[in-house]
Amino acid sequence: MQDSLKSSSYQQLEQKSKYTNMFLRWFLYFILILFASYFIFPLYVMVVTSLKTMEEIRQGTLLSWPSGLNLESWAVAWGGRGYGAGDTFLRPYFWNSIKMVVPAVFFSTFIGAMTGYVLTKWRFKGDQWVFLFLLFGCFIPFQAILLPMARTLGVLGVSNSVVGLVLVHTVYGIPFTTLFFRNYYVSVPTELVKAARIDGAGFFKIFFKILLPISAPIIVVTVIWQFTQIWNDFLFGSTFSFGEAAPIQVALNNMVLSSTSVKEYNVDMASAIIAGIPTLIVYVLAGKYFIRGLTSGAVKG
Amino acid sequence: MKTLKIEELSKNFGSTEVLRKINLEIDEGNFLVLLGPSGCGKSTLLNIIAGLETINEGNVFIDDYNVSKVEPKDRNIAMVFQSYALYPSMNVRENMIFGLKQAKTSKEKIEEQLEKVSKFLQVDQLLERKPSQLSGGQRQRVAIGRALVREPRIFLFDEPLSNLDAKLRVEMRREIKKLHQQLKTTVVYVTHDQTEAMSLGTRIAIMNHGVIQQNDTPENIYNKPSNTFVADFIGSPSMNLIKGSLKESSGGISFSVSGSNVEIPIKDYEFIDKSNLNNKEVFFGIRPEHIYFKKSNESDFEINLRADLSEYIGHEQIMTFDYANQEILAKFPSTIKIELAKETKLYFDLTQTSLFDAQTEERI
Repeated sequence: MQDSLKSSSYQQLEQKSKYTNMFLRWFLYFILILFASYFIFPLYVMVVTSLKTMEEIRQGTLLSWPSGLNLESWAVAWGGRGYGAGDTFLRPYFWNSIKMVVPAVFFSTFIGAMTGYVLTKWRFKGDQWVFLFLLFGCFIPFQAILLPMARTLGVLGVSNSVVGLVLVHTVYGIPFTTLFFRNYYVSVPTELVKAARIDGAGFFKIFFKILLPISAPIIVVTVIWQFTQIWNDFLFGSTFSFGEAAPIQVALNNMVLSSTSVKEYNVDMASAIIAGIPTLIVYVLAGKYFIRGLTSGAVKG
Repeated sequence: MKTLKIEELSKNFGSTEVLRKINLEIDEGNFLVLLGPSGCGKSTLLNIIAGLETINEGNVFIDDYNVSKVEPKDRNIAMVFQSYALYPSMNVRENMIFGLKQAKTSKEKIEEQLEKVSKFLQVDQLLERKPSQLSGGQRQRVAIGRALVREPRIFLFDEPLSNLDAKLRVEMRREIKKLHQQLKTTVVYVTHDQTEAMSLGTRIAIMNHGVIQQNDTPENIYNKPSNTFVADFIGSPSMNLIKGSLKESSGGISFSVSGSNVEIPIKDYEFIDKSNLNNKEVFFGIRPEHIYFKKSNESDFEINLRADLSEYIGHEQIMTFDYANQEILAKFPSTIKIELAKETKLYFDLTQTSLFDAQTEERI
């Protein structure tokens, strides 16, 4: 008697917990979808607006679906309308940005790797102070160094040029890249370096033959970080360059804020998306390694 | 000619003194083990021999040539590390020949060496593998191989077995021993494991606080420890050090503990210095394995002690006895039954004792 009573009450409890779990699960999905749409919403507005004609934009609402696949505004954003003066479009500035970002990412990553290598594997007196000061570089507000940097670029004769921007971004990237590489190399056994020294390898050989080949995860992290930072930079770009030497973010700003005629929201949206696409591509291609590189660090010998 | 000679060597890290006036000599073909607790400076000494650490004072000679300021690669040494330190991005072949390539050895010579050593260490099937695809024992073997191909004058081992599990460690220990017997090379080997040191070394240098306490054969380290540190460090459980005093009378010298009227005769003991022995405060040292349950030698000394504690560990048991409020440990086969809290008749093997000055803690 008692046993059957017990088992029926267990069944009831089981039912109840099933319902509770189901409810919680649906609630969880609801919340997740809500937040996901919250984040996707601006992108949606950008994409649909870029595909509309100005007529549609004036008449419809923000959310309304475009009448067709109208890519004209994209063409205008990328290549301009084809008339002379005052026509701003992104293509030349896009290449400016590429010319700036590739060497800047390369040099800052390479120098960061070298510095991280020295700070962990060739310890010297006061190295922790060097590292500390480098860390300060991560926290300095960039507005504070605009004037001295402008002067420096002037003295070096590279102001208002892509070369100047490469220099600035390399210099201000080094604190971050050093931090990344130092933390990665700390976990690499120093015995590797000792073994290589006994085998007769020197400073550079150890770096290129032993350490660099096992640095892939942290190189990916650093490249993504630096690429995003430099590509999206507006402050340095707008301060140290103007006119034809400007990177894409500055050009985007000039396009959108030009007050010559009617605001062309579709072209603005298309331009903004074009300016954001390279970083998206980098994330999609290497994002997997980004997470992996951030979470792992230990190299098992 | 000494293969390795270290002369008045001192090393500081900032204000911390790591090594103090180390003197050490190794003859060709010897297997020297540097043994000591962690932080005693043994690894630093090895790194100095390798040239990976600088010297503050003193000199290192290899084959009578002063190498104190010579680069590691030019010292004609090879080293095996605790973490093996195999280059992760290279396969076994590349790992083993990396040093030879750096030294610009001819291709034929490299291939010849590689084949010889990889066959010898049975890693010739693994040459194309990456270190991550090897087991612990295989990595160890490749690390030794990397050292062997260079045909160095001196092999340096830095705790090479401590990353292996217990079973593999015993196996690899035997392999290293075999290796040394076959190749007869000079080896300096750092460990904190006394069993490893005893079984491998032809000589053992016991270190503590940056000073060599005793540099001797394993037999002498075990039988004639030069001070209480060595006596205590070697052996498991370690040597009993009974505090008491010596008495000189017409019948000879005897040892007694205050609070007990038992007098242990010291007959055939080889004193280093026979003067001033009367009333000298000493430690009487006897190992747990030299206390017997049955009389086995004519000279064995009979004594009655109270059994306090019994620790059964399978093939043997460790008994704790009370000797005038001092604990005495003894090791017996576990077949012997001893009742606790009762006086038990025991025999001290007087041929196996050590005496230490209670003040200086040095052997007398």
